[in-house]
Amino acid sequence: MVFSTKGSQQINFIQFVHMRETRKAVLILEDGTQFEGFSFGATKPCAGEVVFNTAMTAYPESLTDPSYLGQILVSTYPIIGNYGVPPRTMRDGMNDFLESDKIHPQAIICQDYSWDYSHWNAASSLAEWLVEENVVGVYGIDTRALTKLLREKGSMLGKIIVEGSGEIEFYDPNAENLVAQASCDEVIEYGKGNAKRVVLVDCGVKNNIIRCLVNRGAHVIRVPWDYDFTTIDYDGLFIANGPGNPDFAEATVENIKKALEGDKPICGICMGNQLLSKAAGARVYKLKYGHRSHNQPVMEVGTTRCFITSQNHGFAVDTTTLSPEWEPLFINMNDGTNEGIRHKTKPFFSTQFHPEACGGPTDTEFVFDKFMDSINK
Amino acid sequence: MTKKYNKVLILGSGALKIGEAGEFDYSGSQALKALKEEGITTVLINPNIATVQTSEEFADKIYFLPVTPQYVERVIDKERPDGILLSFGGQTALNCGVELYQSGVLEKYNVEVLGTQVDVIMNTEDRELFNNKLDEINVKTIKSEAVESLDAAVVAAEKVGYPVIVRAAYALGGLGSGFCDNEQELRALVEKALSFAPQVLVEKSLKGWKEIEYEVVRDKYNNCITVCNMENFDPLGIHTGESIVVAPSQTLSNDDYHYLRELAIKIIRHLGIVGECNIQYAFDPKSMDYRVIEVNARLSRSSALASKATGYPLAFVAAKLGLGYGLFDLKNSVTKVTSAFFEPALDYIVCKIPRWDLGKFHGVKREIGSSMKSVGEVMSIGRTFEEVIQKGLRMIGQGKHGFIENQPLRIDDLDKALREPTDRRIFAIETAFRRGYSVDQIHELTKIDKWFLHKLENLYNTAVALEQCESINEIPSELLLLAKQQGFSDFQIAKAVLKTDMDSGDDANLDVRRRRKELGITPVVKQIDTLGAEYPAMTNYLYMTYNGSSHDISYENDKRSIVVLGSGAYRIGSSVEFDWCSVNALLTVKKEGYRSVMINYNPETVSTDYDMCDRLYFDELTFERVMDILDLEQPHGTILSTGGQIPNNLAMRLDAQGVNILGTSARSIDNAEDRHKFSAMLDELGIDQPAWRELTSLDDIHDFVAEVGYPVLVRPSYVLSGAAMNICSNDEELERFLQLAANVSKTHPVVVSSFIQNAKEIEWDCVAQNGEIKLYAISEHIEFAGVHSGDATIQFPPQKLYVETIRRIKKISSKIAKALNISGPFNIQYLAKNNDIKVIECNLRASRSFPFVSKVLKINFIDLATKVMLGIPVEKPSKSAFDLDYVGIKASQFSFSRLQGADPVLGVDMSSTGEVGCIGDSSSEALLKSMLSVGQRVPQKGILLSTGTAKMKADMLDSAIKLHKKGYQLYATGGTHQYLNDNGVPAIRAYWPSEPDRTPQCVDLLHDHLVDLVVNIPKNLTSTELTNGYKIRRAAVDLNVPLITNARLAAAFIDAFCDLTIDDMEIKSWDEY
Repeated sequence: MVFSTKGSQQINFIQFVHMRETRKAVLILEDGTQFEGFSFGATKPCAGEVVFNTAMTAYPESLTDPSYLGQILVSTYPIIGNYGVPPRTMRDGMNDFLESDKIHPQAIICQDYSWDYSHWNAASSLAEWLVEENVVGVYGIDTRALTKLLREKGSMLGKIIVEGSGEIEFYDPNAENLVAQASCDEVIEYGKGNAKRVVLVDCGVKNNIIRCLVNRGAHVIRVPWDYDFTTIDYDGLFIANGPGNPDFAEATVENIKKALEGDKPICGICMGNQLLSKAAGARVYKLKYGHRSHNQPVMEVGTTRCFITSQNHGFAVDTTTLSPEWEPLFINMNDGTNEGIRHKTKPFFSTQFHPEACGGPTDTEFVFDKFMDSINK
Repeated sequence: MTKKYNKVLILGSGALKIGEAGEFDYSGSQALKALKEEGITTVLINPNIATVQTSEEFADKIYFLPVTPQYVERVIDKERPDGILLSFGGQTALNCGVELYQSGVLEKYNVEVLGTQVDVIMNTEDRELFNNKLDEINVKTIKSEAVESLDAAVVAAEKVGYPVIVRAAYALGGLGSGFCDNEQELRALVEKALSFAPQVLVEKSLKGWKEIEYEVVRDKYNNCITVCNMENFDPLGIHTGESIVVAPSQTLSNDDYHYLRELAIKIIRHLGIVGECNIQYAFDPKSMDYRVIEVNARLSRSSALASKATGYPLAFVAAKLGLGYGLFDLKNSVTKVTSAFFEPALDYIVCKIPRWDLGKFHGVKREIGSSMKSVGEVMSIGRTFEEVIQKGLRMIGQGKHGFIENQPLRIDDLDKALREPTDRRIFAIETAFRRGYSVDQIHELTKIDKWFLHKLENLYNTAVALEQCESINEIPSELLLLAKQQGFSDFQIAKAVLKTDMDSGDDANLDVRRRRKELGITPVVKQIDTLGAEYPAMTNYLYMTYNGSSHDISYENDKRSIVVLGSGAYRIGSSVEFDWCSVNALLTVKKEGYRSVMINYNPETVSTDYDMCDRLYFDELTFERVMDILDLEQPHGTILSTGGQIPNNLAMRLDAQGVNILGTSARSIDNAEDRHKFSAMLDELGIDQPAWRELTSLDDIHDFVAEVGYPVLVRPSYVLSGAAMNICSNDEELERFLQLAANVSKTHPVVVSSFIQNAKEIEWDCVAQNGEIKLYAISEHIEFAGVHSGDATIQFPPQKLYVETIRRIKKISSKIAKALNISGPFNIQYLAKNNDIKVIECNLRASRSFPFVSKVLKINFIDLATKVMLGIPVEKPSKSAFDLDYVGIKASQFSFSRLQGADPVLGVDMSSTGEVGCIGDSSSEALLKSMLSVGQRVPQKGILLSTGTAKMKADMLDSAIKLHKKGYQLYATGGTHQYLNDNGVPAIRAYWPSEPDRTPQCVDLLHDHLVDLVVNIPKNLTSTELTNGYKIRRAAVDLNVPLITNARLAAAFIDAFCDLTIDDMEIKSWDEY
């Protein structure tokens, strides 16, 4: 039978039924499970570690978060693309609205894609952006069923084959030094007129960490992950978030160990928490399926203070292995895992969660205040 | 928790009314559960006898008393609670609590307010205090600047920012108001406005802004969470209770979402709320500018919705926080292992749609706006917006099949229908697509965000694709799947394909069902787990969707499931009473060792609480969806008789599919529902009924009337004009009404029956087993027949029936029960004049009065009926109504004040939105309590009487004498004045609006507060009577003066308050009767 749309053009059937240009796409997991859907991004195969995120907003922020490097991001919230993508404009060497200069995950998977977006600050659709950056997008997949599978079996490797775009092998990003891939290659400075010099070790930093520091009067010196920052003069040390297995960042840990001998304030976020913990003697282990969401509850140890936090990590610190000068600072109220540590006497502390948010709740931005306060003391 | 409380008082919200409905039964029930878990003795004051919360399983002491300071103080005096919860009974409880606080009663009895404190509540209730409070933390609120000169207006406009809205102060009807985009426009408008008003208000125009809500929780340790946010489909200007609402928000970016979230937390901390509150924002669609519209420092309609939308039990948690717990002390009640301090992650979308019943009222406007008119709501759950909007539009139960493929609307001015919102605007959008309007055009007219409109356009496009298929078998499977994923029902698909060729909707429906099952297109069951599948859920809160590939739960197939069908959206004629019935059926099913399964979609109910049953399907009650669920559940049986008319209507179709309907058979249900079959059966049994005939032409109608005489009751079949049943007393009325009620024809027959005047109406509520009566209750209407049984005031046990009448009713009922072989609940309505008994109606299901008679008699009719339906042998309870030494009276709550323009007169069609039931040692005591509970007040000054026909005037004479003796000043209109004068009762003559030259005018008496009770009884429906009476009745409603429009009820109420004072009444809890 012949179909015609309002414009009376005859087109490919799938495209007609879905009223859009799309192809079939299939997600294949390493255990052989397959999920069929439709493509809305680049027409190419891709592979990586399949992880889920339960956040209900912030796909532009998540996609540009370097911590997702090498991963296939599954959104448990079913409808994605609603508000398009903000303009990719730059200011002071940083993207205005995004967390880095490009998309880091291999692909994004959702149940339902909104081809038509609506937002005053949107410059394009998500599909257009994915195609532009050559990243795969798939909709029409039961992301809840997929998430339950990942919850039960743990994170898995997966690959996506878009119809007519060839084959690909599975790829395990955790076997590589992703920090090195996500980090900058040279020293970059931000907020140059500001008084306090903060070294930011870039393990795959999100822009909002830089914004939060600069806005609080920091002159941020962003250095590559393995840069020996002890050679430069600074007032405080900040260790950023980043992707993958922290065991690859031994070079960073060694530099941190040197800094721990001094008294200058140190703060870390996410990967930064794990590397600081390693420098403090602790062991880090892989979680079954990680924390990737905007609703993780944490409690400040020894208080009645609780916070809703944004998280994105697959590894956690075993605080029983911390050396005795250190103690847990925050714990996760759902599963009791570590959410931050602090030194008992020196101004060193870190959080496993993301106080810089973007996306997610902004409850813990005070972490930056505390860090800057300890510098200003 | 720092302090131990022994006894806590909870105030309920009273009768269901527009703006305050079933959601407070839900929140109160949750609070009671939370307290019970702590071992605290609970005392509940709520006259709403049909609620679930007023059951012995929920509260320790229940008082069916008005929630007014006077009564509450007396209960406090008696019970001496150490704490009180004010935020679980809506505005009624909150207002009462504020008064008790201000008058020092709470302090006097040393009752601690738990949770949010009264001064905090007052800061949120008073507009000025509220604005000042938020100014302190630089949060923007909606403010207007009052100016008295042109220059000042220009300055004010600069300050608030263009566009602005200008309103002339003290001007009626919006005279001189308008929008201005710039100074030039402002100058022109203000100049004009100042020419007839001394003052002009300049306000920022928020036209077209988004309306966004957050539900925020705070504990006493200052920990905060936002449990849910919601976005209104309709832009600002339409009350959130009148808006289609989705959760979570759909068009907010991460920055938008968290900007408003952060503000919400800042506000709740600054205000000092402990527990739960709701914050409403206006949000600019073109920037991140916002205004706070209001904060509700209590559980609200939105919080009930948010609880159902997320699975987060807000009311339960709020009650615990009120006791002093921290959020970190509490567990997530779905996962049971994770913390209650978290924010739910949804992996689905929900859509709330209001249910209006505007067609039920004479004179009311269909426009919707800043005040609420809807009587109920539905919530649909799915995984695409298309799916939830279509599900939801079916759920509201107004004859729609979804967004599209409905009976076309007749819209003359489409642009107007889009621009000016009514209860039907969404269907005007469908019409607009059909007429070729673009999304941009529709957006311009409606200001609805384009995201929503694009989604609706997807539905239109799919419908167009379906319409190009020539037969059901020819629909490509991809298209069929897409249609199902977009929420198309089998019927919609059939209609799109077959168009007018569809002989039988049922058959076409089944044909699509067959076809998609062949293709393997069936829905999957998903669980609501609060954490987006991150943790396993321990509860079975479920919905069905086509956007998924596997079920979340596995089925036992052990034939131990009993599926109970719920009652759907609250509407006039079906509300909380059926929720009580459904919940009690579930409880008995569970008690008897079966797996209890509920299907319902009303977010205001207790039956949709996931801890009330073993499996809750929050989904449609359509034939299609119920079959989908039964296919999966493979239950032992299905109960249709406790959820009102919606499940009852499915009986025949489910039976045809071999569904095991528990209790009375589908054939019997049909024999009672089908007017012709039922009538033939009554004739056969020798049971009398009012003469009636189904007629298809005007001549036939006149012939029939000539036979039976006036008055007659005329019932048009479903017509678009919305005109309903009416009584006609003469040719003129008959013809006028039939004109109004549209074309009488072969396809639209009219049922005309003879109407018996001055007859008593009697309710028979009963449970039978295998045709034998096991338990019954006879109750008596105070009003004569002619007032719909849902509006009537009902007493049980009956006080003024002949023993002979009762005996005859029992006998007839036994015959009917036997003839229909009834097993389960049923209700018959009788007319009795002298000892002549006629059957008006018979429903083989639980009726509206089941909770009332169950609670007054203290025997649970539904428990017994459910046992019967499960096939358990039951004994006849030994107690009967004759043993009761007290009386229960059920009175109706009207919401006319919310329905601008509606004529508050009662007739054969129901117009009340809720009811109460109070118990007293005498009929007068019970009546007085129940009348005070529905908003009547004992007058202090004057009473305006216009008492209808000669017979009614005579009926009212004794009451008038009593009033006079009590010292009330009586005012009366012409005929009534004459009659009172002739009988020696002094009264001042008052003049009708049609006699404008004479004074005093009735309406002026109301304005001047000289009258604080109006008794206005229309003689008949002639137009002057209605216009004159209408103006007075409407003035009474608008000026908040109690009004009674029925002579028998007026007489009973007057007797009650003349004979008794509130202080005379003993304060007794339910168990003390």
